Parts: sequence; structure tokens; C-alpha cells
Amino acid sequence: MNDIERTVEETAINLLRLAVIYLPEDIKQALQHAYETETTEAGKTNLKAILDNIKLAEQTQTPICQDTGTIIFYIKAGAQTPNLHKIQQALTNATRKATTQIPLRPNAVDPIQGKNTGDNTGPNIPYTHWEITQGNQIEITVMPKGGGSENVCTTGMLVPGEGINGLKKFVIDTVTKAGSKPCPPNILGVAIGGGSDIAMKLAKKALLRPLNQPNPDPQVATLEKELLDAVNQLGIGPMGLGGKWTILGVNIDYAARHPASYPAAVAFNCWAARRATARIHSDGRVEYLTHKMR
Amino acid sequence: MATYKYKTPISEDDIRKLKVNDVLYITGTIVTARDQAHRRALEWAKQGKQLPINLNGLAVFHCGPIVKKEGDKWIAVAAGPTTSTRMDIFEDEFIKNFGVRVVIGKGGMGKRTTEAMKKHGAVYGAFTGGAAVLAAKAIKNIRTVEWYDLGMPEALWIFEVEEFGPLSIAIDSHGNNLFEAVAKTTEENRAKIYEKLGIGK
Repeated sequence: MNDIERTVEETAINLLRLAVIYLPEDIKQALQHAYETETTEAGKTNLKAILDNIKLAEQTQTPICQDTGTIIFYIKAGAQTPNLHKIQQALTNATRKATTQIPLRPNAVDPIQGKNTGDNTGPNIPYTHWEITQGNQIEITVMPKGGGSENVCTTGMLVPGEGINGLKKFVIDTVTKAGSKPCPPNILGVAIGGGSDIAMKLAKKALLRPLNQPNPDPQVATLEKELLDAVNQLGIGPMGLGGKWTILGVNIDYAARHPASYPAAVAFNCWAARRATARIHSDGRVEYLTHKMR
Repeated sequence: MATYKYKTPISEDDIRKLKVNDVLYITGTIVTARDQAHRRALEWAKQGKQLPINLNGLAVFHCGPIVKKEGDKWIAVAAGPTTSTRMDIFEDEFIKNFGVRVVIGKGGMGKRTTEAMKKHGAVYGAFTGGAAVLAAKAIKNIRTVEWYDLGMPEALWIFEVEEFGPLSIAIDSHGNNLFEAVAKTTEENRAKIYEKLGIGK
């Protein structure tokens, strides 16, 4: 094993552990704010349980939720970094080791054989999204993605003539249909354009953006806020028991679309919105960007 | 809303006191059962075979926990609820046959279960989805595991718990279903939001 393989593996294990035990600050703040401003008793009771659970997980260094998700990586690889072809194997090894060390629940089932592989790895899993950047650094982000919120992610091929109004309806309808199933309050990633696959890819990636960072385009930021206000008027509430807080934040991304198509995607994340990022510098130094290393 | 603290076995009289939106904490014995355990339990009942544990007055928990073994002892690491709707096809018969008083899960259950709860005296207590460490903390002892051949998530884990909760009573024994009420309000709200945004029907 060469240096880069070892560093990537160690860093990925650390990121998995940090992600499943410690929630990012922006998510914790949003949940605290939701608790303080929730209007129903049932909603308050459940948000209090969530906040207590987050603290207990940190104190006992235990995964926040027993569903530690499907393991997905986002890599920004500097084009001048040597041995980039070794990274995928290092990430797979890290996932396997993290499963027994942390522990993670084994969540990779071979869909043909119907058997759980037992170590969170399998065909195409862990899945890695690649982006080539300038320089010789590697940025690794892990997103352990919960199943309950994944089951309500929806792609729609909307009618181009309805424009943004069609998108608004689609988002409101998707959240209505999801109801109590994704353990609300959730975070929404919304994307338009590209194609059916591109829209969902962008929607899911939008879940990585912190809740306190609106879209840099003011027009899109306004749409994010309008959609958030709209879905929170549905009254589904924490755990679907009724209340003000169904969604904690809406993050939008988009691609150009075909004139005849209006692809749209809504990706849900759990309130346990697990993500962690680190940068590996060319000298092997590792900088943790989302979490304090502990 | 009121808060209740009950010890198992729970009587029908005590269950009938609970109304939707109340909060319940349970001390005593709760037993996990998911899809496969429900199916097998009902098959055994049909064949007149005794279950490995008498569920009368106890709570059944829709949960596939992470457990670890230390020496001879099982320890619950994380034990949050799973989605209950999958058990809707079994739960009315389950309540009728075994006399469970509380069903614990997340996401709610449908008409069949609501009617069985009204008829036989049982409630649905929603535990916060994802709050797996909070649940594990209330599990003081794993008395035993039965039907381990079904796999770790599907086995019957018999937990001894102290003040397990908060459980939001979402279906009571009087025919009220909070999830159905919320779903109805949500539909009405959706129409109002459409109107407000001027986006038609």
C-alpha cells in the first residue's frame, strides 16, 4: 500500500465515524431553532427527543441513528495528484473497516441474490462521484444516506409550458405524498434541468450545502425561501404528527434543459443529515473541513 | 395532552385512559417484531403453538436494532423505530391473538389497525424516528433473544426498559388516528397554498 492509499483510507474511516456520530453545526442549529419555534406539543416533544438523542450520541460516541445509510463519496481530485487510480479501492477498504470498527449497520444487499453482503460494500457500492480539479489536493466528502428518506426521493418530467409554477406544484405534491415516512423534519435538495439522471444527481449533491448558505443567485435564493415557506404551511410537522416544521431547508441547483423537457428532482435527507469533508494536501497533511477531529 | 407512566403488564382500563396527543413512558418488558416475526407469530397461533414469550399486556416494538455481544451478554447499541405501515397487514390479528396493549413504531398505521385497537384495547405510540441512542439508553437489559434464525434485525429481542419514551399516542383505543387527521389537514392546506401562490389546481 502506498502513501496515498493509506492516507485516503484512514481519512475516509475518520470521516465515516465523524459523520455518523456528530451532526454538522448548521443542522444542529436548525433543529434547535425548530424546537424553540414549533407550535404543537407533539412536534415539540419529538424535536426535544431529537436534540436529546444528538447529545447522547456525542457523549457515548454512538451512531445517531441505527440506519447508518448507504455509503456515498464525493471526490474532488487534483489532476496533478499521483496514483488517483488507487483511491476507489482505498474508499472500499475504508468502508469495510469502518463497518466493524464504528460499528455501522450492514446496509448493502445484493439485489439479485437477496443477500446482505455484511460489510456495506457490493456492486458499485460505496458509490463515488468524481470531479477533476486543478492542483494536487484531494477533497473527500462522505454522505451516509438513510433509507427512509431515500424511499421518497422523486424525479418528475414536468410540462415545460408550466415553468416554475409546475416546479412549485411538484415540490409541494412530493412533500405531501411523503408525509410522515421520511422522519420529518427533513432537508430538501431540489434540481431542475439536465435530464432525469442529472436532475437527481444535482438534487442529492445540493444536500451537501450547509443550510445557512442560500444559493448565490438571488433569484434562486428567493425561490428556495418561497418553497420552504410553502411546504412548511402543509402542517405535516415533526414525525408527521402535525406542526410547523416539516422541512428545515431547501437547497436548489440546476442545469440547462432540453427545450422539450423539464426534468425536476426532489431529494430528501434525514434530520440526521450526515456529511463530513476533509482535504488531503500534497504533503500528506489532512485538514478536516466540516468537523473538529476527535 | 397529558403524560402517563405505565408498567407492564398494562391493563385494558389504563389503555382506555390514553387519548391521541398524550405522551406515554413504559417501564417493563417490550418485544421487537418486524415483518418476518409478525408473519411467523400468526402462523404459530394458527397451528395452536405457544409463542416463546407471553405478550399479554406488553408492548411490541417495530425495530431492527444494532446489538453487540459482550461475553454472554447482548447490549443494545442503537434501537430506533422502523416504518410501521409494513406491519399493517398483520397487526389487527396480532393484537387480537396475543393481547399486546401498545404498538411502538414510526410513521403511523392504517384503518385495520385503528379498528383492532378500538375493539381490543390497544394504542399506537410513535417513537421519534432516528432517535436510536435515546431508545438504547432506556433499554436496561436484553433478557433474551428468540427466533434469531430470522436474522439480527428480524429476531424477537426481549428488552427490559425503564421509562422508554417519549411515545406520542397517535392512535388511541377510541378510534382516533392522529396521522389520518394530519393527512386530511395537509390536503386542505395544500389547496390553500396553491391558491396563495397562484399556481392553479
